[in-house]
Amino acid sequence: MELTGAQILLESLKREGVKHIFGFPGGAVIDIYHQIPNYPIQHFLVRHEQGAVHAADGYARSTGKTGVCLVTSGPGATNTVTGIATAYMDSIPIVIFTGQVPTPLIGNDAFQEVDIVGITRPCTKHNYLVKDVKSLAKTIKEAFYIASTGRPGPVLVDLPKDVMQAKTTYDYPETISMRSYNPNYIPNRKQVKKAARMISKAERPLIYAGGGVISSQAGEVMSRLARRHSIPVTATLMGLGSFPGNDPLWLGMLGMHGTYAANMAVNNCDVLLSVGARFDDRVTGKVNTFAPRAKIIHIDIDPTSIRKNVSVHVPIVSDCLNALEAMEEELDAVADVDWQTKHDDWIKTTTGWSTEHPLRYDQVKGYIKPQYVVEKIYEITKGDAIISTEVGQNQMWAAQFFRYHKPRTLLTSGGLGTMGYGFPAAIGAQVAHPDKLVIDIAGDGSIQMNIQEMATAVSYKLPVKIVILNNGYLGMVRQWQELFYNKNYCATCLHLNPDFVRLAQAFGAEGFLVEKTEDVVPVLTRAFSSPLPCIVDVRVEPEENVYPMVPAGASLTEMLLV
Amino acid sequence: MRHVLSVLVENEPGVLSRVAGLFSGRGFNIDSLNVGPTLEPGVSLMTITTFGEEQIIEQIVKQLRKVVSVIKVVDLTDLRSVEREMVLMKVNADDAKRAEILRVADIFRCKVVDVSPDELTLEVTGDHGKIQAIVSLLQRFGIKEFARTGTVALRRSMQL
Repeated sequence: MELTGAQILLESLKREGVKHIFGFPGGAVIDIYHQIPNYPIQHFLVRHEQGAVHAADGYARSTGKTGVCLVTSGPGATNTVTGIATAYMDSIPIVIFTGQVPTPLIGNDAFQEVDIVGITRPCTKHNYLVKDVKSLAKTIKEAFYIASTGRPGPVLVDLPKDVMQAKTTYDYPETISMRSYNPNYIPNRKQVKKAARMISKAERPLIYAGGGVISSQAGEVMSRLARRHSIPVTATLMGLGSFPGNDPLWLGMLGMHGTYAANMAVNNCDVLLSVGARFDDRVTGKVNTFAPRAKIIHIDIDPTSIRKNVSVHVPIVSDCLNALEAMEEELDAVADVDWQTKHDDWIKTTTGWSTEHPLRYDQVKGYIKPQYVVEKIYEITKGDAIISTEVGQNQMWAAQFFRYHKPRTLLTSGGLGTMGYGFPAAIGAQVAHPDKLVIDIAGDGSIQMNIQEMATAVSYKLPVKIVILNNGYLGMVRQWQELFYNKNYCATCLHLNPDFVRLAQAFGAEGFLVEKTEDVVPVLTRAFSSPLPCIVDVRVEPEENVYPMVPAGASLTEMLLV
Repeated sequence: MRHVLSVLVENEPGVLSRVAGLFSGRGFNIDSLNVGPTLEPGVSLMTITTFGEEQIIEQIVKQLRKVVSVIKVVDLTDLRSVEREMVLMKVNADDAKRAEILRVADIFRCKVVDVSPDELTLEVTGDHGKIQAIVSLLQRFGIKEFARTGTVALRRSMQL
């Protein structure tokens, strides 16, 4: 039987196991929307296309499945770009379907025409313009395959209106093989052996985990390896949750706003085992003083990550899970070592750093401390929640003061640093996990970047909680201005913020205002048990800073402490 | 250091901008870029000459391999290979200069492909160095127009 392009698209989504899509209709995709009610796919209408991509991204991060969104041509397509770049930087599998003007009009500056394939070429893993309905099914299969395999990432498929209307016989490929795309999942055994030998000789080894541990589901194996061999663990922002935040071996996040213990451990370790991390500048600080005493082992599925920023001694191109499993075997093969005794001094040293300079803040009478709010969110939820963040101070406090015990419980824009990410991402996560508590830890600046999605949350009864750490500033920029720009607070003061409580109510959500420290716990508790989406507007100390802080370009040991 | 990369790609729309965009987006240099179809339908060969430190060249090769439309990348610099460029150039050649120009052309085994009372158009093929040499020899006569292909290169059959 012949199907139209629109039917082929939806039938293929069904076969890919897609149950939820996020989108916004328009002229170029009406044919697709016309067919949606005939398929077992639930569509979530957002209020801005950026929200659709972030929601698909939050869906993907919280589940591991590929997120899907559908938007129209022209402005619908361009509005997705920030969301796509966000997913690209953090290696998140999503497939974006954009409408396009009919093929005969392409290149004619037609109404709502834009070369979205050209625009998104540098921020997608791959993208397609489908010019012939006969190649549609194969293209969709490839798009999902590329998005979800190797180092995951966003793939965009541009769909001209006439291709959606054209008919052809439907044949969805069962399998796929592309000679130009073959990610390598299996580690080179010799390299693993070499790495294992290096670890067995180490006196001060350290594991540095990144987002790759989470996307390859290697958290459990990594934790087992760390415990059996008594190796302390630090992680990047993207790696939080890959190792339990309450384990005695856990040192906290490293880097610009990392803990004293984590940064000191990096500086003093003699072997650094990097797993699925990419030595980002926010992690390394000044590159040539990063891990100066260490031999570096670098496991990454993407060969370009290796030796991009830092030269390493043992590169291992592989899926993190496979590499760590092989590493366990090789470590077992190494002569009998009593790891606990061998690393005893080192563990005492790192634990000493943690107790000497823990993450801390000073309570000041008359002010609510933002760190206190995050701590209380952790205590009330006992860590059993999905946390998303916006970007800036709120993000760093959420990373520091909430302890993540499981992978996929922190959704945050690490690489691109996209303000406005957290709330729509939380919506996506809530769609995937209807029974979970999903909390967006926000700032008063960031939340206004995608606040329109409150209408989405309310209309689909998605009880996402937004906790605004409201300091009346674009706080992270203000912090830099305070520390490095002579307190010239140019354009960072948000004088006229909206009344967030009434704003929530106007959308049909619940709003709470918290102005006293003693109200934080009772109000958060109430909000978290509400069946509605909520905004909790917490007025925190306006000029609180995030510490520790390594100034941009400085070495990790040059931390400013509280 | 100068490197010659042989890049086999799927010949699909946008593949050239994927490769060119990779270079510009990541701040890599392109000295020359040559593209043409291969004998296999749907597959093209790009020959890219670039320069940079060892670590940069390693990144360029890896980044190229990561592009989904790229099938294979070989750095010919590490191998024994033959490379050629071709140049067409129109040289000022009045009666007084003509004989000298033809003598140079002969030494370099150029072909005269067009002639007029006061101009000669020469075709010359050779590696990068030979082209540089003849250009610097003929410049004093005045080169009026100049068209140059990028490098094309193949690895030698015998890697001695």
